[in-house]
Amino acid sequence: MTTTTTPPGPSLAAGPSRLRRALGTPTLGPLAALLLACVFFSLNSDRFLSGGNFSLVIQQVMVVGTLAIGQTLIILTAGIDLSNGAIMAFGGIVMAKLAADGVVPPLVAIAIGLLVCAAFGAVNGLLVTAIPLPPFIVTLGMLNVVFALTHVYSADQTVVNLPAPLTALGDTFAIGGTTVTYGSLLTILLFLLFAYLLSQTAWGRHVYALGNSPEVARLTGIRTGRLTLGVYTVAGLVYGIAALLLVSRTGVGDPQAGQTDNLDSITAVVLGGTSLFGGRGLVIGTLLGALIVGVFRNGLQLMGVPSIYQTLITGVLVILAVTVDQLSRRRNR
Amino acid sequence: MSRSTRTAGALAACSIAATIALTGCGGDGTGATGGAATSAGAAAPVKVGLITKTETNPFFVKMKEGAEAAAKAEGAELMTAAGKFDGDNASQITAIENMVAAGVKGILITASDSKAIVPAIQKARAAGVMVIALDSPVEPQNATDALFATDNLKAGQLIGEYAKSLMAGEPAKIATLDLAPGIAVGRLRHDGFLKGFGIAEGDPSIVCSQDTGGDQAKGQTAMENCLQKAPDVNLVYTINEPAALGAYTALKAKGREKNVVIVSVDGGCTGTKAVQSGQIAATSQQYPLKMADQGVKAVVAFGKGGAKASGYTDTGVTLISDKPAAGVESKDTAFGLQNCWG
Repeated sequence: MTTTTTPPGPSLAAGPSRLRRALGTPTLGPLAALLLACVFFSLNSDRFLSGGNFSLVIQQVMVVGTLAIGQTLIILTAGIDLSNGAIMAFGGIVMAKLAADGVVPPLVAIAIGLLVCAAFGAVNGLLVTAIPLPPFIVTLGMLNVVFALTHVYSADQTVVNLPAPLTALGDTFAIGGTTVTYGSLLTILLFLLFAYLLSQTAWGRHVYALGNSPEVARLTGIRTGRLTLGVYTVAGLVYGIAALLLVSRTGVGDPQAGQTDNLDSITAVVLGGTSLFGGRGLVIGTLLGALIVGVFRNGLQLMGVPSIYQTLITGVLVILAVTVDQLSRRRNR
Repeated sequence: MSRSTRTAGALAACSIAATIALTGCGGDGTGATGGAATSAGAAAPVKVGLITKTETNPFFVKMKEGAEAAAKAEGAELMTAAGKFDGDNASQITAIENMVAAGVKGILITASDSKAIVPAIQKARAAGVMVIALDSPVEPQNATDALFATDNLKAGQLIGEYAKSLMAGEPAKIATLDLAPGIAVGRLRHDGFLKGFGIAEGDPSIVCSQDTGGDQAKGQTAMENCLQKAPDVNLVYTINEPAALGAYTALKAKGREKNVVIVSVDGGCTGTKAVQSGQIAATSQQYPLKMADQGVKAVVAFGKGGAKASGYTDTGVTLISDKPAAGVESKDTAFGLQNCWG
């Protein structure tokens, strides 16, 4: 076992040791929490345990979940992104407005929206690497800039009557009698893609190395500036996909959207066992984190508990998740 | 590695225990209403959903109280949810979906975004759920089965007529402290005020118009700016009482509070007390409790096999003032305080 010398994170080594490591990762806690929550809600509501309800929960977490993929990438580099919800809202308005006004064909409008989001991500990345500035401050500033741009560009008007391609991801297909949206499927595929990229490619290993120690990463020949810029740009592109998911889910372009999604995405990342100090965590954990929030919201509502308790419980879970991270870090030293 | 895993596992177990304990608490909290409901009716109680813009605004707190009382009286089970901020459309959509999944017969909703909520409402109605808009209509209005709300045009008109009578021919210099662009409630109250006062938009007597979002601090800033622009303002229309109190603070700082008339809409308890103390001359009082009460009753009637509610139900508005103006019917603040909300 070489576990003490390699940086934490998924290993490229094959065989039973990988399974062992997987069990040792911070994903175990969130998985147990999710399963226990599901058992608890199944016992307390006869409407919880059904394919239709599970499909609904996935629909409800897909936007924040997708944002949280980008957030996970950035947090793995020991950064943070407060601007992701605002960037998504702007991307969504750009797509909706261009398409609804008939300025360009719908698919082109979507492409422009995706590129705009990637561009904002790239600007974040440039400011973080080139000057350099702390990610917290850069993205706090960007949050306000993009929020204002959204409201100026949309003139505070909700965009309605969107052409079909923008809402296509909200369409459904059936698996054994359960209807699932294409958006839910896309979200799951994105998580699998990034799980693969982070664990099985050199790029992914470099992201972990950068988060663990930028200095060591630089000395081993990783071009850390370029890598960071790339991570923020890719995250921006992912926010663009979240924007398309949002538009397809709500059927409108909403300038008020995403105002708490920055913190909600950080919540999902942290609940999923990823360390805010960088270099440690799995993107699948983030999916579990997002699902935990969604399952509690849905389950409590089915039980008739007011939504404010969901907020309370999410808060408690976040603090517990960070405590787990801190304590396990201390043991590892 | 294994030691840390064990710690993590133990902590995870703790966190789950804590979570379940907490959830239990939450369940008990609502058990009060749920339990009463089950004992009242032998059959499964009708489930009613109430979705407000936020949890914290006194207007919605009162609305929730009204719904809880009505649900208890009718033997119904009430489920509530709210957005995290005013304008939080996504949370309202999620709440609608979860309530439909929970098997509600009807949903009462004060929509944060009158257009963006419509697709989710259509899905709920397609699933056989009756949807009633409370307080303000969605766009288009017929996207919900029914609307239980204040006639906001009339609310504005009442204070317009009152101000006209009070000014008694004296030339008016009007400041309007409005809500925000594109929101129906704000536009209707503003237009109603002008109609009641007998002037059209763009009349030279309107010397200043500013958006406040219905917020006290923004109302104060807006009034300060209006006074900078037109120091001789003598009549202030405000979208609601927080904006009115902000305006009062700004006027007081300039020593102008005695000779400027402030009129407003809402009838919250803080606002009604401000009418009593003379800070606000008159306000049009609306009744959120009544909206919720009638809404719950309509859902229960539908749940028990009755017809769906339809069309628009005016939940009433009363002009409250301690300085009655000639030719305009009003009630005093004693009545206002008895019927105020928040």
